[in-house]
Amino acid sequence: MTLPLPSQGNLVGIVFLIQILVTITGAFIAVNSERLIRSVAGVIVCFIGVAGLYFFLNSPFVAMMQILIYVGAVAITISFAIMLAAPEEYKSRGPANILVGPLGIISAALLFIGLAYLAIHTEWPVHAKINSGSVEVIGTHLLTSYAMVFELISIVLLVAILGALVLARRGRSN
Amino acid sequence: MEILNLYNSLNAYLLVAALLFAMGIYGLVTHRTLIGMLISAELILCGASLNFMAFNRFTAPDPAVGQIFALFIMAIAAAEAAIGLSIVIAIYRNYKTIDAEDLVKLNG
Repeated sequence: MTLPLPSQGNLVGIVFLIQILVTITGAFIAVNSERLIRSVAGVIVCFIGVAGLYFFLNSPFVAMMQILIYVGAVAITISFAIMLAAPEEYKSRGPANILVGPLGIISAALLFIGLAYLAIHTEWPVHAKINSGSVEVIGTHLLTSYAMVFELISIVLLVAILGALVLARRGRSN
Repeated sequence: MEILNLYNSLNAYLLVAALLFAMGIYGLVTHRTLIGMLISAELILCGASLNFMAFNRFTAPDPAVGQIFALFIMAIAAAEAAIGLSIVIAIYRNYKTIDAEDLVKLNG
């Protein structure tokens, strides 16, 4: 006796549920672990899950960029900073104030409940699509309608690189 | 089945994004080190980005705009991480700690 194989549509749904599970598990590890390096590992798992969700949202290009930029650049930068700056045997949380944990949970829960209420009880207007949203369309938009923003973001990134170099270099000799 | 069709509903994505945002706020409040706070801020940005992408897929007329917005959020997040981490390293050189509770020199 064999189990019935899931159909194609069901398989997509199962993969989607797995992606949501991966995302939420990663976020939970990131905010709840004792050590910083485990937080970074959790946030990497969370980013990969979110990249899967982007894939479900018809945008494989953004999913690829998510993995490339967040996992490949940001998370690696954070782990370098942990290696450079975090002292050994360091606990990332402790009895700073006994009220911090419960108040944090309460505020986060209130935020989540409010946002979820808004999301569920609002009738979002649906418009017809005017193009396919493919990589070609994104490239055309980036070089025509959003060319100014594109150049500005390049300047911001350049200034950020220079600023990071200047800040991290100061006081290195002593 | 209803639960296996969840990937076609806007609410599922919005709820996941709200949960990411709330977890980021919780981590921002409870983490004691500056790097932990930065990680939580990345979670918050990720939740906002997911929200944009969900509305982009389900309601917006031009499905390229939301993707471009998400790309810009990623660029801003990368710049923020670079600047924030170099500030953290500079603080560690001067104070020998990255605990937010210990950085009280201006407290008086």
